[in-house]
Amino acid sequence: MGISSIWVYGEVVEGELSTLTTEMLAKARTLSDQVDVVIGGEASDAVAATAGAHGAGTVHATGDLGAGLQGVHVAAAIAAAIEAGAGPDAVLAGTTYDGRDVAARLSVALDAPVISNLVDLEVDGDALVGTSPIFGGTTNVKTTFTGGSAQIALIRPKSFVAEETSNGPAATAALATADCGAAGAAEVVDRFVEESDGPKLDEAAFVVSGGRGLGDAEKFSLVEEMAQLVGGAAGASRAIVDAGWVPYSSQVGQTGKVVKPDVYLALGISGATQHLVGMKGSKHIIAINKDEEAPIFGVADLGIVGDVHDVMPKLIEAIKARG
Amino acid sequence: MNVVVCVKQIPDPAETGSLNPDTNTLNRDSKPILDESDSYGVEMALQLVEAAGGGKVTLVSMAPNQEQAGLRTALAMGADDAILVSDEALAGSDALSTAKVLAAAISRAEPDLVLAATESSDGYTGTVPEQIAAVMGLPSVTFAKSIEVGDGSVAVQRQTEFGYDSVTCPTPCLVSVTAGVVEPRYPSFKGIMAAKSKPVDEVTLADLSIDPALVGAAGCGQSIVQVEEAEAREAGEKIVDEGDAHERIIAFLEDLKVL
Repeated sequence: MGISSIWVYGEVVEGELSTLTTEMLAKARTLSDQVDVVIGGEASDAVAATAGAHGAGTVHATGDLGAGLQGVHVAAAIAAAIEAGAGPDAVLAGTTYDGRDVAARLSVALDAPVISNLVDLEVDGDALVGTSPIFGGTTNVKTTFTGGSAQIALIRPKSFVAEETSNGPAATAALATADCGAAGAAEVVDRFVEESDGPKLDEAAFVVSGGRGLGDAEKFSLVEEMAQLVGGAAGASRAIVDAGWVPYSSQVGQTGKVVKPDVYLALGISGATQHLVGMKGSKHIIAINKDEEAPIFGVADLGIVGDVHDVMPKLIEAIKARG
Repeated sequence: MNVVVCVKQIPDPAETGSLNPDTNTLNRDSKPILDESDSYGVEMALQLVEAAGGGKVTLVSMAPNQEQAGLRTALAMGADDAILVSDEALAGSDALSTAKVLAAAISRAEPDLVLAATESSDGYTGTVPEQIAAVMGLPSVTFAKSIEVGDGSVAVQRQTEFGYDSVTCPTPCLVSVTAGVVEPRYPSFKGIMAAKSKPVDEVTLADLSIDPALVGAAGCGQSIVQVEEAEAREAGEKIVDEGDAHERIIAFLEDLKVL
């Protein structure tokens, strides 16, 4: 009974395991006695140390993938291990660009289902049961696996709190890659990093987000200026991402980032269910909107019925005046 | 160049959703609309085919009933035709069986390129495009910001956490497209009229040689065990701005020791 072994797909950012990876490790440890990390790339000392400190026994590393994409190659390697009887019962991956690719490819390779958008996990018998929020987070659905040779779960960021143990570095093991044929033919030829100051959107303690109520794309500068003033990050509702004002990576919501800052300031955002599910875990929410019926007020600790174009310039001036 | 765009007809997201208490699946009784997320893929496909100087854009969709309203919207934008997999046995399909069915339908169109949104606005599992590629044995690039068609390959800017990766991928392949990267055209009156007579090829699971026991609720490898209300967040103070609301915000932030 129970889950005898879990592999967590580890994403490496600037040479370190991502925060989301360590969050998943914290949860995985409560579900199984044997928790490992699997990565697409070389296992550095730093990765092994962090993985071990967060409770992983072994880092299974594919070695350098060259220009190959993570999803297809990592999934093929995990599938080969599972088919050879050397893999885990369950694989956890984050709801990220690469994490979703890994889970999707693995699901087809093993003919096993993926359960997506999970914010919690528990064990019932031999199966994982995952909780996912629907209808803007007003309803929680628990789903369990009923078939397949492995249980594949996609976890939303910030669902769990990373917790270090006193363990030393994880062991490292080579994970054999598999020939992906034509399916593995996409190649990364270059990487572009857009420089940005201030904290990352999903790590900032203060998030200022803008929506359609800003009126036009230029007015997003109000959001950016305020974010900069308070040392926070700028986010956006889906409406203005869809309109092309800001890139997808700025989107907060169901189909975007999950943020849980100390303070979330929503400017001209109506509060569609799509948006609420990404930010209602914030500690304190302030909303400014012209429409007093806007659903965002239903979750706001402080709601201002007013025009962001009136309130924000005054607020920005007042904060500047404080020095 | 022939491009297939995967599109989904969904309940209007502006309306409050509900679950069927017997099956725990989303109620889809109201007239469905084209998922807005899909309009970017449709626009991208139209632009790529125009740039290639020829070819066609074929929509592929599935629905347990014969619903076509959403498809007609995309046809009115300029797509040439559609394949609609329509079969009662599809109700309750999970992401994996959805991908298997769509893959079988897409293969019929023999496309050079398959486009999809990154995720639907109703189920939002976000795995179906990559699962389709895997079922078809195709290479893929997800989360595209832009696509340029070359000779036997595509060059894609793939969104990353910190910017983007330039990725090249031989065709045929699948690319999922993020929202907001192109401006979907509004259907013209002429387009809407023309869409009424564009061909929609309705196929069943039998036409695709798919065993109904492997899809829909019957073939679903997961099951919902519980549905419950989430803990609600209480609304706090709400004031009307009379020119001094910024002072209230400052006081609020001071209380939190943020200022």
